[in-house]
Amino acid sequence: MPDQDSGHEAGDELVTAPMKPRGGDSDDGAGATWLARLRRSFREPRLNRGQILAAVLCGLLAFAAVVQIRARDAGSQLAGARESDLVVILDGVTEQAQRLEDEQRDLQSAKERLEFGADREQAALEQATQRATTLGILAGTLAAKGPGVRLTIQDPARKVDADTLLNALQELRDAGAEAIQLNAVRLVASTDLLDVVSGGVLVDGTRIQPPYTFLVIGDPDTIATALDIPGGVLDVLAERDATGEVSKGPDVRVDAVRAPDPMPHSRASRAERGQ
Amino acid sequence: MIAAIGLFVGVVAGLVVQPTVPLWLQPYLPIAVVAALDAVFGGLRAWFEGVFDDKVFVVSFVANVLIAAFVVFLGDQLGVGGQLSTGVVVVFGIRIFANAAAIRRHIFHA
Repeated sequence: MPDQDSGHEAGDELVTAPMKPRGGDSDDGAGATWLARLRRSFREPRLNRGQILAAVLCGLLAFAAVVQIRARDAGSQLAGARESDLVVILDGVTEQAQRLEDEQRDLQSAKERLEFGADREQAALEQATQRATTLGILAGTLAAKGPGVRLTIQDPARKVDADTLLNALQELRDAGAEAIQLNAVRLVASTDLLDVVSGGVLVDGTRIQPPYTFLVIGDPDTIATALDIPGGVLDVLAERDATGEVSKGPDVRVDAVRAPDPMPHSRASRAERGQ
Repeated sequence: MIAAIGLFVGVVAGLVVQPTVPLWLQPYLPIAVVAALDAVFGGLRAWFEGVFDDKVFVVSFVANVLIAAFVVFLGDQLGVGGQLSTGVVVVFGIRIFANAAAIRRHIFHA
């Protein structure tokens, strides 16, 4: 009888299977008998020692297979892994952790960079806004309010000319006036004052009549003192039979604005200042 | 056939008892199962060919299991346990297929 687990036979079988259909005669005989034999073995089982031993071994195999399958299902895959595999897995996990840590560091620094950048941008924006406001007040394109004085000039004799008003303006500037308005006209660096023969004064092309009213934003005490010095604005006005009345106020409003002058020739020569 | 009953009883016992595999047995149990499976298929084939013998089956079963486990144990000692158990599984897999082919021919004549 051939050994069931004979490796040679099995190997032969596998290789020559397509060419050798395992002997037609024995095939027929076995084919006719195996069902009958199966039936007979179930109907009248032989209970000798060999049969029982074979059954016990089959049971052992089934038991072991079930236990193994359940063990793999229940435990994690690591439980059944051998040492070398575990080392490889550990290496992989460590490497992955390292990679993730690197990524986290990169992202952290990127986040900090962005936040810092946003802060700087914010600061730059605030600074720029402040500068724009200051320049707008200086250039007369923005209305302004704040502490200051109101200088009202009554000129019944019509002797106050553009020259007198210009002197008054210069005196105000020297005293630190930040925004000045004469009647309804905002006075800025390029303002010009002209006498009009028929009376009144032409300020930047706008004709104004007495009484003249200067609205000035600046330190009220300084400006009031500057106007009142001997030989100052008020003295000159008195010489011309006009009266100047200074009243300080905590909330002077300079409402007149002027459109920014177009500057077709000038361009900022300095590149953006380093921020 | 008592063997079929034994198989069934084994499955039920495994499901009911639910033992944990001892640590020292863990690398060898899958290999032993595959080896025993090969012996069972060999015995089935021998039965179909009418040459089944209890003694040969029992001896081949036990020998298969023990040798397979020993080979894997040796491989573990040599540091090639993983590769060697793969080799054992491949060899037994080939044999199982060969035996299954013979059984198939007996049942289906093809």
